[in-house]
Parts: sequence; C-alpha cells; structure tokens
Amino acid sequence: MAGVTLDTVRKIYAGNVEAVKGVSLGIEDGSFCVLVGPSGCGKSTLLRMIAGLETISGGDIKIGDRVVNQVEPADRDIAMVFQNYALYPHMSVYDNMAYGLKNRKTPKDEIDKRVKEAARILAIEPFLDRKPRALSGGQRQRVAMGRAIVRKPQVFLFDEPLSNLDAKLRVQMRVEIKRLQKALGVTSVYVTHDQVEAMTLSDKLVVMSGGQIEQVGTPSEVYRRPETRFVATFIGSPPMNILPGKVEGPGRVSVGGQTIAVTDMRDGLTPGSAIEVGLRPEDVQAGGGAGSSSIAMDVDFVEELGATQLFHGKVAGTEFVVQASTGQIAADTRKLTLSIDPANVHLFDPQTTKRLGRD
Amino acid sequence: MVENRPFRDFMAYLTLVIGVIIVAFPVYLAIMASTFDTATIINGNMPLTPGDQAPENYTRALFYGGKLAREPVSMMMMNSMIMALGIAFGKILISILSAYAVVYFKFPFRKTAFWVIFITLMLPVEVRIYPTYKIVADLGLLDTYTGLIMPLIASATGTLLFRQFFMTVPDELLEASKIDGAGAFRFFKDTLLPLSMTTIAALFVIQFIYGWNQYLWPLLITTKSSMQTIVIGIKKMITTTDALTEWQIAMTTAVLAMVPPVLVVIFMQRLFVKGLVETEK
Repeated sequence: MAGVTLDTVRKIYAGNVEAVKGVSLGIEDGSFCVLVGPSGCGKSTLLRMIAGLETISGGDIKIGDRVVNQVEPADRDIAMVFQNYALYPHMSVYDNMAYGLKNRKTPKDEIDKRVKEAARILAIEPFLDRKPRALSGGQRQRVAMGRAIVRKPQVFLFDEPLSNLDAKLRVQMRVEIKRLQKALGVTSVYVTHDQVEAMTLSDKLVVMSGGQIEQVGTPSEVYRRPETRFVATFIGSPPMNILPGKVEGPGRVSVGGQTIAVTDMRDGLTPGSAIEVGLRPEDVQAGGGAGSSSIAMDVDFVEELGATQLFHGKVAGTEFVVQASTGQIAADTRKLTLSIDPANVHLFDPQTTKRLGRD
Repeated sequence: MVENRPFRDFMAYLTLVIGVIIVAFPVYLAIMASTFDTATIINGNMPLTPGDQAPENYTRALFYGGKLAREPVSMMMMNSMIMALGIAFGKILISILSAYAVVYFKFPFRKTAFWVIFITLMLPVEVRIYPTYKIVADLGLLDTYTGLIMPLIASATGTLLFRQFFMTVPDELLEASKIDGAGAFRFFKDTLLPLSMTTIAALFVIQFIYGWNQYLWPLLITTKSSMQTIVIGIKKMITTTDALTEWQIAMTTAVLAMVPPVLVVIFMQRLFVKGLVETEK
C-alpha cells in the first residue's frame, strides 16, 4: 500500500489553457479521498494525471515514495474505474477481469484464484461467463470494480463511477464502494460532482474550483467551517444563503438594518465595511429564541420534500431559503421571523470570498 | 397496428412480384440458356423450361473451354478468385492498419496523411489508368497476380470505413487497456480487431465483388490467356467476328461467374447480421 502525494501539479493544454493550476495534496495511505467540484474544475484531469492518462505539465506526482511523472499507466500499480465502465464488450466477465493479469504474465491458477475471489466479494459469480452486454448497469459497475480489485493495486482511482446508474442503485453502490474500500484498505481517489457522494464516501474531502483546491478537510470540517464562499455554496443542499451585510462591531453584523450576532468573526474588521453573511437553510429556525438574533423573511412559495419543506422567499431583498421539518411552519405562512444562532453564521469577504472567521 | 385490407395487400404483393420478375428474369433466362445446345438458342425459339444439355455444357465450359476462348472456365475462375481474394484481403489489411494509425496515433502531418488518403477516393482506377499501367509495366508486373491486385488495393474506401468505426469506439477502452498493460499492438489485436469483425465482413463482401467484377484493369494488364479472368472470358466468348457465338457456353460461364459472389453474400450476410446484433461498444 502507498499514499499519493501531489506537489504543485500543473496541467496546461495546447492553447495555454491551464486546467490544473499548481495543486499540492497529500493522500494518506489507506484513506479515501474524494475530489469534488463543478464540471471543468480540473478534478478529472487531476485524476487522469495520477493514472498516467494525461501528461504532467509541471510539478511531481508520487505514489508511495516513487515519482511517477514518466511512468506508464500500466506500471504505476493503480487501477481505475471509469464512468462508462469501459468493459471490453467482446470478452466475458471473467476475461474482462483477467485481461490485465494475463498481460502481466500472472500464472493461470493465480489469475483464476483472484478472479474467483473478486467475483465472490462482489457477488457476480453467476455472471462470469456472460458478456457485459448481458448485464445490468449495476452488475457492469461491479465487474468494473472487480477488474480493479483483481490487480491488487496500491491505489484505486474512480472517475465518477456512479453517474450512469439510477438513483436507487447509486445509493446502494455508494455504500458498497465504501465498505469494500474499508475492507481492502486500499488508498482511493474518487472524482465526483455529486456532493452527497463526496460527503458520504470521503475520509478526506477536496473541494476544487477553477483548477485549484478551495478546501481540504474531513466532510464535517468542510461543512461546518467552509473556507470560501464557493465551498459554502457548493457543499450542502439546498445551498447556503448568502446575504449582503455590513460590519457593525465585534461580533455583530447587520443585514437590511437587522442586527445579527456572530460567534466566529475575525477581530479588527472596520465597522461599516461590506461583508457577506452566510446562513444554511437548515440552520435557521422560525420564531424568536433566547440568545439568538432574528430577521424577517417574506415567503414566496413552498417546496414539499416529504420530511422537510423548503420555504423560498426574500430577506432584505435577497433570495433566501429556509428548510424546516414538515408541519413546523404552516405552509400558507407569508411572513416569517427567523431566529439565528450566532454559532451558525458564516462570514465572507466580498472581494476575496475568503472566510472572515477567527484564525 | 392491425391491418386487414386485402386489396392493399394484393397490390403490395403484385408490385413486389413485378419487381422481382424484372430483376430475376434475365438471370433465369441465362440459367435456362445454359441447358440447351447452340442450335436451339440461335433459332430464336428457346423454351423457358430447362433443356437436357446442362451436364455437357457445364463439363465443357469448366474443363475444356469454348471454341474461341480456349481456356477452361475453371482456370479463369481460379484467376478471378485469386484476384478478388487478393484485393479483398489486401485492402482490409492496408486500410485497417492505416485507419488505426490515423485515429490512434499522434504524429506530424497526421491530418495531411488522412487527406492524401482521402483524395485517392476521387481517383478511381479508370482515371489514373495510364500512369498506373506505366508503373506496373515498368516494374515488370504485367501478366502477374501482383500486377492485377496491387493497384486496386490502393484506395481510400476501406480506410474511411474503419476510421469512422474506430471513432465510435470509446476512448475509455483504450485507456482501460493501457492501465491493463496492453500496448498499441495488443490493444489492436485484443480489442479493436474483435470489435471490427462486422466492419471487416462488410468490407470483404464489397471488395470481393468489386475485385471479381473487374473488367478494364485485367483487360489491360493481362495478355497471356493463362492469366485471363472470368469476366474477360465471357466477353471474349460473346464478341465474335467470323464464327458462330456459342451462346450456351457463354451463358454457362456467366452462370458459373455468378456463383462465388452469391456464395460470398449469402455466407457473409449471416456473419454480418450476427455481428450487428452481437456487437456492442
């Protein structure tokens, strides 16, 4: 087993397009690292560079202690699961899994042993003689994972492996991937644009945007203390509300003339300067509460989600969403008073978009 | 949709039958003519039912030849077969390799190479016949199988066909085989070739028939009667100046000439359909 280390890795495509702008990241041995970001943020490019499918324009990629910049994909000791599975259509499931080992001149009985074992782990034993086209999406996904497992690689690479599955299967496979990774203990790098996958799977969550890393941390760190406005609005569903406000004084900001108390606020901010106030839809409560600030909201419409309801409206002229358990607020409410716990307020610099919290 | 309109059905079948008769009747006539003797055909009252001369006509045509083209048809068929197979296999080999290079490798002037191949589409044998003849003659390839086959292999249809097919193969397959430790040749052999079987079958049918039906090129380049192809043989048997055309032998030869292409179509069609149903990228 081995970790993966990226040192100021850059990717510049023809025409001077910089897809990855100097990314440094350490992925510990045996951990599950998820790269998440919107499309075009460079996450897939980064993964493909680790795999050796893209050349590296600058910096170093290490797997274990070995710099692999110039190493062929086959010799990097990695296995990759593709979004469309990329199974060989003319080979049986067994041959699909055995192909990589055959090319490595692994002895036949060893191949057989490993394929059978992987098939057992993934519960695809009955399909070993079938061609991929005779399998359902979920089964193909398992075969693609089986192909990765039999290689016993140092690193698993997943490139949005669940995006082609339907919602139910996706949840199921997500759990299986997590369980499998824990059981095998293989360092994994997983690329997705789905924040639920990212939150649930990762030990280490890497949020990317515009070819750069926005924040690295555990899922709860990233959720609880987003370092930039981008991370704040990208992680969490529905996304965090951002309201334009002003600094009033230490621990106090105002939004549309309503004062909000803040726990996590940087010292020495000039009173009267502009600031952005972030509030998660699930962190605000209807009605006043002791020790909390309150703001008024005009409700436009309500979305029913079953267990919860989303109230869409405006606070001080800015779009605002509140999430509440069904029944907590009457659905025909037009005006809401929201109470805000000072610990749940996130502040961002309007210019740099960085968090203005305590250091 | 449930339809019960007898008159419409009748009209549809009638049209179909008329179409089939128009296409098939000359062929039927040729087959019938191959079962009579010269006199019966020449007097203009040939019956439309089979005669009794078939065994004699076929034996004579196959093993002894007509009075004018004195070579047995079996030899001509062998020549045609070598030419058609040579063209079909040669073309498949050349075009699959060149398409592989054009699609999967990045090299300087790749686009140029592709366009040069593409341009040859505009230059069929008939257009470049003089320079081609000159080259073949200078190389001393007149009256050889190489001379018959090689100039006809060089054209772009196959390359384009394979290129189009390769473009539809997902890149991830190439990447997966890279990670699985397969180099360029192994990817070609283990993945691309099996996936191309349908395209290969299609190209084989087209090229075999193209090669088998060649007339102008063999006419120019072969002078020895031992190198004569069947299409030329038929032509020779029909065009006579001072003797009676042996129509029954000419028709027998024509029927024999039809057999291999028909067999190729029937046999390959199965493979085709099977491939079409089974292949999935």
